[in-house]
Formats: sequence, C-alpha cells, structure tokens
Amino acid sequence: MDERADLPITEKPKLSVRNLNFYYGGFQALKNISLDIPENKVTAFIGPSGCGKSTLLRTFNRMFELYPDQRAEGEIVLDGENILASKEDVSLIRAKVGMVFQKPTPFPMSIYDNIAFGVKLFESLSGVEMDERVEWALKKAALWGEVKDKLDQSGSGLSGGQQQRLCIARGIAIKPEVLLLDEPCSALDPISTGKIEELIHELKTEYTVVIVTHNMQQAARSSDYTAYMYLGDLIEFGPTSELFMKPKKQDTEDYITGRFG
Amino acid sequence: MSAILTSHADANQAARRSKHVRRKRVNVIALTLSLMAMAFGLFWLIWILIETARLGLGGLSLSLFTEMTPPPMSETGGLANAIFGSVTMVSLATLLGTPIGIFAGIYLAEYGQKTWLGSATRFINDILLSAPSIVIGLFIYAVVVARARSFSGWAGILALALIVIPVVIRTTENMLVLIPNALREAAYALGAPKWRVVLSVTLKAARAGVLTGILLALARIAGETAPLLFTALSNQFWTTDLSAPMASLPVTIFKFAMSPYENWQQLAWAGVFLITMGVLVLNILARIFLRNKN
Repeated sequence: MDERADLPITEKPKLSVRNLNFYYGGFQALKNISLDIPENKVTAFIGPSGCGKSTLLRTFNRMFELYPDQRAEGEIVLDGENILASKEDVSLIRAKVGMVFQKPTPFPMSIYDNIAFGVKLFESLSGVEMDERVEWALKKAALWGEVKDKLDQSGSGLSGGQQQRLCIARGIAIKPEVLLLDEPCSALDPISTGKIEELIHELKTEYTVVIVTHNMQQAARSSDYTAYMYLGDLIEFGPTSELFMKPKKQDTEDYITGRFG
Repeated sequence: MSAILTSHADANQAARRSKHVRRKRVNVIALTLSLMAMAFGLFWLIWILIETARLGLGGLSLSLFTEMTPPPMSETGGLANAIFGSVTMVSLATLLGTPIGIFAGIYLAEYGQKTWLGSATRFINDILLSAPSIVIGLFIYAVVVARARSFSGWAGILALALIVIPVVIRTTENMLVLIPNALREAAYALGAPKWRVVLSVTLKAARAGVLTGILLALARIAGETAPLLFTALSNQFWTTDLSAPMASLPVTIFKFAMSPYENWQQLAWAGVFLITMGVLVLNILARIFLRNKN
C-alpha cells in the first residue's frame, strides 16, 4: 500500500516522517508516526501534555542526541535525505532546521552578538555584511525598531517578548529552511504573543514553520495544517480548518471542544 | 442550625488564635537565639579587625613599602621584599592554577559528568580541597625542594597553585552545572559545536561565578603560611630570582611575631594589617562581580 494514501496532504512536503518511533530509555514516547510537513506552510502540533508533540519536534533537528538515553528509529526525510541516518555533521542539519524554545534564551552577550554568533559558525562575513545581516534578521523578527539604538547592550536586558523575538531573529539569521517553534508563546503576555503570531504569518512565505502549542486558539489562528497527538500516537492530521470545524475522529473532537485534555 | 454553624466558627477562630500565639512565641525565641549567635560571631570578628587596625596602623609608613626586612635589634626597616615576594608568588600561583582548574571544571560539568573518570576526579578533588595546607607544603618539599636541594620561589608557587586548583575546579563545576540546559540547547540548535557552546555560551554565562571562585582562591593563598615554610622559605634580602628562597608576608609575620624584638613585632602587625585589608578587598570585589551578574 502506498504510505501516502492515508495522509491527506497534497502540498509539496518539506519534511516527510515515516514510521518514526522514539524512546526515552525504555519508554516509548512516539509510536509509528508518519506525516508530511508541507513546504512554506505553518504546521501546528497540538495535544495534551506528554502526548509527544515536543518530542516529535525535537527529532527534526536531532536535538534529542544531546541525551544519551534517547533514541529515534524510522525516517525523517528532509529534501530527499533521511536526516536520522545522515552521514553529514549534525550541525549542518541544524543550520538548515532552526529552533526556538519555550523560554527565551538570550546568550550572555550583546544583542548584536546574539545574532552574529550563529552566523559566524557558517559564514565569514565582513563587518559591513554582518551589520546588514543583523539588521535584516532583526527587521524580519519585528524587533529592529525597538533595539536599533542599543545593539551593544546585553540581550538579557530586554523584556520577555523582545527576548523571544531576539531568539527568532537569531534563528533566522543563519537562513534556515525550516523553523521549529516549541511553544514559543507560553511564557509571554497576550500582546507579545500577538506580535509573534503576526511574525509566524510573515515567516511562512519563506520558511517552513512547525509550531508546538498548548493553545488551541493559537493553532487555529496561525497554522495551515494541524496534527493532533495523544499518548505518542498521531490521531489526526489535516488542514487546520477541517480539523477544527469537522474533525474525523471522536478523540480529536473531544479535545478541541474541551471535553477532554 | 445557624447557631451551630456560628459556634463552630467561633471554636475554629479560638483554635487558630491559640495556635497563633504559640507560633509568635516560638518565633521570638528563635529570633533571639539566632541574633545571639550572630552577635557572638561578629564580636570576635570585629575585635580581630580592631586589634589588627590598632596595632597595624602604627607601623604603616612609606618605609614599609621601600625598605627590606631589617636584622634584629635595628630601629628601621620595612617589608618591601616580603610584599614583593607575596604578590609575585600569589599571582603566579593563581595564573598557573586557574587555567588548570577551569579546564578540569569544564570537563567535570560538561563532558565527564556521569563518567567513571569524572566521579573519581570529583572525589579526589574534594580530598585535595580539604587537605591541610601543611601537607601540600611537605609534599612539594619532598618532591621539589629536596631534589633540587634548594628552597625556591618556584617551589612556593607550586605549593600555592596546588591549593588554588581544587578551589577553582569546584567553583567552576558548580557554576557551570547551574546554567540551564535550555541555554545549551539553544546554542546547539544553531549548529554550534560543543567546544563553542562551552566556551562562548556556558562559560560566559557562568563567568561571574567562576571569577568569584578565583578571587576567593586568591584570598585564601594570600594568607597561607604552612605551604611556604618548607618551599619558598624566606629571604632577608630583595630578590626577583624565583629559583632562590623568597620572602613572603605570612612567613615574615610568623617569624617576626614570635621574636622578642619590638621593631619586628611592630612590622609583623603592619604585615597582618596589609594581608587583612588585601583579603577584605578581594572579598568585596568577589561580591561586586556576583552582584553585577544579576
């Protein structure tokens, strides 16, 4: 049987997950997941705590490899190459697949250096080129206007929402193709959240965005496709409007209507 | 019905009140006891500082910094050679011990945290940390001084460095472990290799704490006498030759304070005052660094 038959997506996939199993030591956290993440779209993962949505996201840049007792089996194909079996250095994969975390994590350096840090890892730019890149990334992240006069100040002096946009700018600056957002707004107030959501909308014209969120309204507002996960299983995956308006599975309906979870 | 409820509420309130009275009484007792303990500690500390200032300030003069340690029974003299020896040996020992300590601390926190080698190193380091400094002095005496058949500044530096290393290892490891993993992950997510993450992100985030550890180690060796007694010995004259015996403040104080000569005793107190002020300044600096971190 063609594996794509049960996958409702017709868009061009950027990332294809096939039969992915994931283990924390002896505990299986993902069970035979298969799905396609469409290119230049926003895909949201929703589900109750512990359902494996963050775990799934962290396989896309092999972040789990930092911890020796975690392992993944299966295939994650990015641009025709299985990144789980790739011989390439993992840093090259991470340069292609950027990630923003739940809590803002500015590096202990100036705002400028926060952006330049990642760029310097892969490119040797002149001073002027680097200035331009920093400005470009901060503008993309809608932060330039607020920080352009204090680029030499510490990144940790910014507000929580600004710090999170700095982290997004830092991720964009190395020009990835995929951007993974792991509950990027859970530590932010509604105004900052609004700014980040606008930003996500802007970003999808150039990047493939995958966002994990606890907030169903956020998934409904900002994503094109939504995957509902429960206890390590992918329950339902489809266009966001369909999944929220007429879910195919009873479990999904129970969750999004708040009867469960 | 409502009468029963009211009496219930009254009973509750009475019980709460009696508990509250008891809690207040315990609080007063605990506060008194801890204030007394604090006063007891501060009393001796302040007395030491007052005595040091009273007896030491009198000996402070320009000649203290320009003249050599005098022979017995002379009327003049200073501590120039001892001050120079202390500053030289303490700073070189810190320069020698700090990088070793920082790198070992990085290994323990970032690379070998759960490995057998890491645990063994941590255990041995803890022993070294609490080893009496006279043991370290004797060790260097046996290994360096006895073989070279000469006391020397270098032997003193080695002995002091052996005291610096475990302190710096400990603080570096502790400070690095405190750095949240989220920060490391954020750096890895940009594709940074491990050495880069450690040097540019984690160590940088922990720098205030690491620096504090170095300053505290410095403050500790500034007053150490035992490890210098058998290594650098002392020297009555000015020398910049590190392969010759070298004077130091603590050893000079030890020698002068035990002597019957009034001039020597006066100089010893001046030396005590200098060291105390030096250590005080280092501790204040350490606090300032830690505060700036937050």
